Amino acid sequence: MPRWVLPFLAAASTSCAAGAAPGAAPTPAAASAASTPYPSTYRRHRDSTFLIRNATVLTAAGPELTGASVLLRDGRIVAVGRDIAAPAGARVIDGTGRFVTPGLIDTHSHIGVYAAPGTAAEADGNEATAPVTAEVWAEHSIWPQDPQIPLAIAGGITTIQVLPGSANLIGGRSATVRLIPARTVQEMKFPGAPYGLKMACGENPKRVYAMRGPSTRMGNMAGYRAAFIAAEQYRRVWDKWNATHHGDPPARDLRSETLAGVLAGRILVHNHCYRADEMAQMMDLAREFGFKIRSFHHAVEAYKIADLLASNGVAASIWHDWWGFKMESLDGIPENAALLQQAGARVIIHSDDANGIQRLNQEAAKAMYAGTRAGLAVSREQAIRWITLNPAWAIGIDSTTGSLEQGKSADVVVWSGDPFSVYSKADMVFNDGWLVFDRHDPARQPSTDFNVGIAAPGVGR
Amino acid sequence: MSRSIRTALLLALMTPVARAAAAQTIAITGGTVYPISGPRIDGGTVLIRDGIIAAVGRDVLVPTGATRIDATGRVVTPGFFAAASELGAALIGGAAAETREVQHDGDVNAAFNVGEGIDPAAVSIPVARLEGITTAVVTAAGSLLPGQAVLIDLDGDRVESMLVRSPVAMMADVSQGSKGAGGGSRAGALQRLRQILRDALEYAERRADFRKAQMQPLAAPAADLDALLPVLRGELPLYVTANRRSDIESALRLAREFKLRLIVRGGAEAWQVAPALAAAKVPVAIEPMTDIPSFDAPGARLDNGTILHDAGVMVLITHRGEDQMRDLRQSAGNAVRNGMSWDAALRAVTLDPARAFGVADRYGALEAGRVANVVVWSGDPLELSSGAERVLIRGRDLPMTSRQTQLRERYRTLPPRY
Repeated sequence: MPRWVLPFLAAASTSCAAGAAPGAAPTPAAASAASTPYPSTYRRHRDSTFLIRNATVLTAAGPELTGASVLLRDGRIVAVGRDIAAPAGARVIDGTGRFVTPGLIDTHSHIGVYAAPGTAAEADGNEATAPVTAEVWAEHSIWPQDPQIPLAIAGGITTIQVLPGSANLIGGRSATVRLIPARTVQEMKFPGAPYGLKMACGENPKRVYAMRGPSTRMGNMAGYRAAFIAAEQYRRVWDKWNATHHGDPPARDLRSETLAGVLAGRILVHNHCYRADEMAQMMDLAREFGFKIRSFHHAVEAYKIADLLASNGVAASIWHDWWGFKMESLDGIPENAALLQQAGARVIIHSDDANGIQRLNQEAAKAMYAGTRAGLAVSREQAIRWITLNPAWAIGIDSTTGSLEQGKSADVVVWSGDPFSVYSKADMVFNDGWLVFDRHDPARQPSTDFNVGIAAPGVGR
Repeated sequence: MSRSIRTALLLALMTPVARAAAAQTIAITGGTVYPISGPRIDGGTVLIRDGIIAAVGRDVLVPTGATRIDATGRVVTPGFFAAASELGAALIGGAAAETREVQHDGDVNAAFNVGEGIDPAAVSIPVARLEGITTAVVTAAGSLLPGQAVLIDLDGDRVESMLVRSPVAMMADVSQGSKGAGGGSRAGALQRLRQILRDALEYAERRADFRKAQMQPLAAPAADLDALLPVLRGELPLYVTANRRSDIESALRLAREFKLRLIVRGGAEAWQVAPALAAAKVPVAIEPMTDIPSFDAPGARLDNGTILHDAGVMVLITHRGEDQMRDLRQSAGNAVRNGMSWDAALRAVTLDPARAFGVADRYGALEAGRVANVVVWSGDPLELSSGAERVLIRGRDLPMTSRQTQLRERYRTLPPRY
């Protein structure tokens, strides 16, 4: 029974209210982050015990291992190393010539909210009706039948953060979902993953709202500040009521509820921001209101303030080399990741693109080799973290997944060869122990409804 | 030495130096050479004189005084040929008003030639060049008949010194994007295209009547009809964007009716009509990383190029986006990842586009007599771990710098060196 009471349930559901210790109820924002309505109904899919043997293993937690084995059982990584015996009944996979990595994680996807086939009917990613829409939740837009989902799975992706678009200053809550076939988004929701908040700097909001405002970068800043000032007030009112429960509860406001969750540190801020100077402004904004930005996204100029990002503990979710498609992306360089790594900042390669997500490993490879060629050495162990453990940290699930370590979720990819080679493919993708994709087994190549009768399913599409 | 004397000396020296560069003899020695037009040569030499390849082989005599480039342990290929780009003609999508060249006079712009809109100083040109791209088709886009594409080498301070052929193709679009030109209908767009082509033929025969205004109104202005005549004579390829199978079939039908030389651009569902494309000898310029279903191409798939190539279709590998043109070799690598042979993928970014655009006598291969566009790679040019180390265009060994490398050096250590 939940320890909290939603105001709208308080009158109708006395049984719930009876279970709540008076005075101990957290703010509604806390409640919705910790134990939400629209809860995850994810259930681990039962599958065999798998032993992957004699592979090169990039664990994202230590040095690259050769001739190593990885044992998966009941959705967990049981062992990583040499000389692991196959338990009775285990399916043994020959990893000779193959590589094993953690399942790839993308901090920035619009899969499901901008679904294929890409008509206006599937454009569910930007609630571009007001500059601040912290009240919307990406999960309420995600279409589990998006045909882009199996394509991303075939690229070795196991978990994504789905974000609202960047039209708005504050675009709404993100959803972290496992990429698995499902009928409802609740079945995909990553259990225990915190919510994220999408914020956007710069050109997009000021372009979208040019006529009504904000139309300038200073207008953008004023917009964020006004929203968080309202959230502070809201938080105070609710804290006061929660302490006493005297009188009627204050009115709920979904917008401020989400932002109050940010102020309480329960919702992680993901901030679309290209320019170095604007990222510095946003870190000041966060200080003004006492929250932390978890990751800047796109951040094509992150290399210019790599030291600031490192000292502030803010991750940079970047493309390898996108640049020049708008003014704020003009200064993108291929060595962004390597320069950030050199400065000790947390590097993440993200996609923001249903095509690019299929080759996140190639993007990380390009970023690693661009660094190497420029004399900025990046190790393979570091580069694999850019698409596994570091994004897991940014979306708050690194205690569960993101590396091949005993006890973690069995999110694992078996690659046909070196994942940093253009020629390699994800041969097998395990999601929480479920062999959800096998390039050599048509029965393990999920498709979505849209493809039925329209396109050939699964692999090679 | 006073500044003015120094300046005068510099000015005096500059012209002859520039000429000397062009007249230079360069020998690239010791590399694994892929001439494309012939078998691989291990430890081969590529000899370049006056911007032209003088000899390629294992036993090429290097003249004394030649500048040597040691390519031992390296791979040497022709410069890559971008079969579809807006290099120099478009830069920042978000600032298109300032940086993109498009003719917006309705749906028919056949007389528009993008050439003079190319900015030789565009910062995107060195960015693409650093990835081994030396030659590019610069297209017009955005309408039913967007205009004339030109072919350029990616080096030069004036458009004239970059141009290889102008026009090199007439652009057309019969995909979803052109429905508007047909009143919201693909059929309408095709009917309009047919009417324009018929009128061009009639106009060619009755110019005198046209001048005396003794003709029915024509479907397009005379300048546009004039520009279409080389297409109707089969001298200039019609470079048609088409992705859906039925759109590709429409383009093939049109080509048969008017005896056009066709090149299909996009071709996401071309794999479904591979035998027909092979029979009609129509090259297809694909983007090998396209697989997301849309109503313009519900059957897009990653092994499109493989199926086409196996059916005998000439495949050209392209990459979307002017700013991302540098990823052309990754596109080719992905074609191989999805089943195409490495040799075929390499041809698809060198000799085959040169053939499709009618310049294979001078471009696309390392052979005596051809233009010396040559790249020395650290390894496999399609692999992510490799990079271009030397890029020569018309025999000029170009600096491996771009605005991006300058920014990198500026911020290599923080605070930056302003």
